[in-house]
Amino acid sequence: MKFTEEHEWLRTEGDIVVVGITEHASTQLGDVVFVELPEEGTTVSKDDEIVVIESVKAASDILAPLDGEIIEINGVLSDEPSKVNEDPMGDAWFFKMKPSNPSQVEDYMTEDEYNQLIS
Amino acid sequence: MSPALKKTPLYELHCELGAKLTEFAGYEMPVHYSLGILGEHQHTRTKAGLFDVSHMGQVILRGRSYQETAHALERAIPMDVLSLDVGRQRYGFLTTSKGGILDDLMFSNRGDHIFVVLNAACKVSDIVHLRTLLEPDISIEEIKDRALIALQGPASEAVLSEFNSQISTMKFMDVETLSIAGTECWVSRSGYTGEDGFEISIPASAAELVTKSILSKEEVEFIGLGARDSLRLEAGLCLYGHDINEATTPVEAALAWAIQKARRTNGKRAGGFMGSEVIAQQLEDGTDKKRVGFLPQTRAPMREGIEIFATETSKKVVGKITSGGFSPSLGYPIAMGYIFSEFANSEDNLFGELRGKRIPVKVAKIPFVPLNFKR
Repeated sequence: MKFTEEHEWLRTEGDIVVVGITEHASTQLGDVVFVELPEEGTTVSKDDEIVVIESVKAASDILAPLDGEIIEINGVLSDEPSKVNEDPMGDAWFFKMKPSNPSQVEDYMTEDEYNQLIS
Repeated sequence: MSPALKKTPLYELHCELGAKLTEFAGYEMPVHYSLGILGEHQHTRTKAGLFDVSHMGQVILRGRSYQETAHALERAIPMDVLSLDVGRQRYGFLTTSKGGILDDLMFSNRGDHIFVVLNAACKVSDIVHLRTLLEPDISIEEIKDRALIALQGPASEAVLSEFNSQISTMKFMDVETLSIAGTECWVSRSGYTGEDGFEISIPASAAELVTKSILSKEEVEFIGLGARDSLRLEAGLCLYGHDINEATTPVEAALAWAIQKARRTNGKRAGGFMGSEVIAQQLEDGTDKKRVGFLPQTRAPMREGIEIFATETSKKVVGKITSGGFSPSLGYPIAMGYIFSEFANSEDNLFGELRGKRIPVKVAKIPFVPLNFKR
């Protein structure tokens, strides 16, 4: 698993990458009350703002970590945004994407490096 | 965190209890504790929440008599101060020469003086303003050695009654000096959540003791500014600097109910306050815009600054959200703001522009939740 400075995690499953936010990010955000996801089939570029998360406090964006196509979104989050607080590293993944340049994944941090960042 | 930030007498206690802190009006204040904003909000609505509001301004106005002080204060606020009974409190606002709102406040008749509670962010300029209007006849003393806490929620009366049985004889907006945990406190039955509750001014030296004693009761949790904001929004209460400011008048802000008859045209002491001509004219003629509630028609919260349009494509802005967010009690987003008066009773969909998209929104009645004051 890889981690971004924007507190996303990336899990590679074959030629697909699953993306969510870290436990640390979900704690910092507080109670999540709204998640807006991109449409399946959207082509995105790295650093595009593609997800909006709103907590009670404020709205935040999630950036596309890679160039590629959004192939699946986790629609459950639209109806149950609180899942982002309950299981951010598991059931509350945001989207799956097919990267056009899979080597971009390697630019991100390992779990140890990420844990150092947030400590 | 900047070392220049001010701390309330309860700062150490906030840290001890693991509060997440933020800067607010120059003070380092708790946003939330371990329950989180949603949990703290629900706790206040169902049991009792304790808030540190010591950053707010506490001021004593004193002339030769209550009457003299009341007459003088009526030059600064469009309220009937003179007829207020001893031991009673009223909501009010300082007005500008153009009829705008300089700050909103609570004032009470304490027998030989008037006690005023002001917003933290405005207190310094408010006091300068009051000195200009009231001195030298009236002395204006900022009380810097007292903390202010609020206990809010349906269990508040039961909890405080354990400290002093006289609590249960108080009604909404009553003010009394009572002993709580062996300390002389100035207690008013009021608050900023829409729930029954009390605001308690405590000598700073005893603030932690009294606060800990109240917190030790099972029904009570400490609540941060995050839930304070969502609670007051549901109750339709204005936040100064957001929903009201110098550019909004009390009539536009739907606060004309707070201007008593005695101060209106043909009243016993009509006018005579800052901006009285503008406000009298607006009471007569109405205003171009009006503060209303808004209900966004999707799950997406609409926050301060969102512009409102009459249709999905029209270019003309007809309103603006001044406070908005998710309502923990209702489970969907709510907001308030201003709208051109012709739309104030509209039942049609209007549209808020959120991240470049027009999202339907309806005008709604405020408050969004029932007010549970003990009148």
